[in-house]
Amino acid sequence: MKQIEARFRVDWPGFFLDVDLALPGRGVTALFGHSGSGKTTLLRCIAGLERARDGFLSFRGEVWQDRSTWIPAHNRSLGYVFQEASLFQHLTVLGNLRYGMKRSASGKKISLDHAVELLGIGHLLDRKPASLSGGERQRVGIARALAVSPNLLLMDEPLAALDLKRKQEILPYLERLHGELSIPVLYVSHSPDEVARLADHLVVMDGGRVLANGPLADTLTRLDLPIRLGDEAGTILEATIGAIDDDWHLARLDFRGGSLWIRDHDLPVGRKTRVWVLARDVSLANEQPRESSIQNVLRGQIDAIGVDEHPGLALVRVRVGDSLLMSRVSKRAMSLLNAEVGREIWVMVKSVALAD
Amino acid sequence: MFLSESDLQAIWLTVQLASIVTVLLLLLGTPVAWWLARTRCWLKGPVGAVLALPLVLPPSVLGFYLLLAMGPHGPLGHLTKLLGFGPQPFTFWGLVLASVAYSMPFMVQPLQNAFESIGDRPLEVAATLGASPLDAFFTVAVPLALPGFLTASILTFAHTVGEFGVVLMIGGNLPGITRVASVQIYDHVEALEYGQAHQLAAVMVFFSFLVLLVLYAWRPQTQKAG
Repeated sequence: MKQIEARFRVDWPGFFLDVDLALPGRGVTALFGHSGSGKTTLLRCIAGLERARDGFLSFRGEVWQDRSTWIPAHNRSLGYVFQEASLFQHLTVLGNLRYGMKRSASGKKISLDHAVELLGIGHLLDRKPASLSGGERQRVGIARALAVSPNLLLMDEPLAALDLKRKQEILPYLERLHGELSIPVLYVSHSPDEVARLADHLVVMDGGRVLANGPLADTLTRLDLPIRLGDEAGTILEATIGAIDDDWHLARLDFRGGSLWIRDHDLPVGRKTRVWVLARDVSLANEQPRESSIQNVLRGQIDAIGVDEHPGLALVRVRVGDSLLMSRVSKRAMSLLNAEVGREIWVMVKSVALAD
Repeated sequence: MFLSESDLQAIWLTVQLASIVTVLLLLLGTPVAWWLARTRCWLKGPVGAVLALPLVLPPSVLGFYLLLAMGPHGPLGHLTKLLGFGPQPFTFWGLVLASVAYSMPFMVQPLQNAFESIGDRPLEVAATLGASPLDAFFTVAVPLALPGFLTASILTFAHTVGEFGVVLMIGGNLPGITRVASVQIYDHVEALEYGQAHQLAAVMVFFSFLVLLVLYAWRPQTQKAG
């Protein structure tokens, strides 16, 4: 269901944005791109904080902006989480949370209590923002946006200003949101890791334009895109922990098409998880490798071959069962392997990253 | 009490004048400062410069033009006549009017700085939380700029108390109407009443010191809060 339609064209000095997007009305949509790709400006246009001339924006059939309509930001039913928490310094945490709630016109789908509970900030309510840690502040910022009971949640790199430790502190809360919220979330990020953990739908932006817009797994395996993702090109596998090998401290990940052994992360058997398999960690062979340090060897079929950003490299998409993997190999190796679309091949996975 | 009755009258008049001017400038200067802090209009520069003129002009120059403007043939004089007040020079309200112009930068500049230092972000946050611009002004901008309001008010009050040149030009020296403390001291000195001049002058020194002490002692705290 495409419930958000956005068309913006901005041509300010030194800045360009030209997008025409239809986005799903549920789940987390990641707006992904390097800094300067226009993703934050797009989010600000959707929020009504920026006004693109001749823009069009509709949400669930309600026009927020067109030639003759302009709903100002304060009349749009949305929550906005800024990169820095930007709490009101003159109010307590509770005062911050109430500020939006008091002015909210929509129903109390997500009550203040629920937001407080969801972000785990019940013990902070009487504190002033100045006395909170960076991670706590951002959690309050997210709760404040939710307390408005918005119909749409916009998040502008909510983790970018935090160090790794604080990120790890907040990510689980974001994942809870992902699971519990019924409203659509637009999540701006330049971190593939966050995208892998949180997104259902991916919009890739570059130079103010949309390069790709589609469900996460489909978009990641598009061969015309990984070029822009550079070293982070890869795929996401939805997997389940199938078994634990206590002797070797390994866990078996079962995905549609095969299984992989990875380091045991103390996840229980049966737990669903996502793994991020980088193209540079996947290699190909014609013969089944034996006695190799790479333990994960799968049988697959070359699905497509694409050019990579370096003239000596190629990106190969391999179908393993129902899943797709990407491999970054040199063109010389391609020639040695006689690699071509349709050919059966052995796929060696050196490592995978658990996304959650 | 060591001050004479006329001294006390002068002090009381000074306090009245400074209080009224401060309140008027709070009402008048706040929107002006807000506009100066937020606008991208080309008029920002010229308007800011005109409002800052009293900082550099000799009070006599300012007083002279205000006198002409308020006189029966000046634009302000016409206006007050039209409104049925008659010409305002040498009246208390004429003095108020002149002081508002004279002390304007002392209200506008600290407020403008305070508003500018808040930045766009808190107001954007307020908008995304459903606050209209006016709502956001009163519930976010004003509380965050509160230290600026205090500084601006104290400076305006103190500056109006310390006014002399403009008062002489526009108000003259009428007991109970325009004879403020600074003029009263001048009178004492002219009459060679050095003792009385001393007493009143000492009160002024003490008052000014107190004001500045409050201002400077308060600063570090406001920075911490901001």
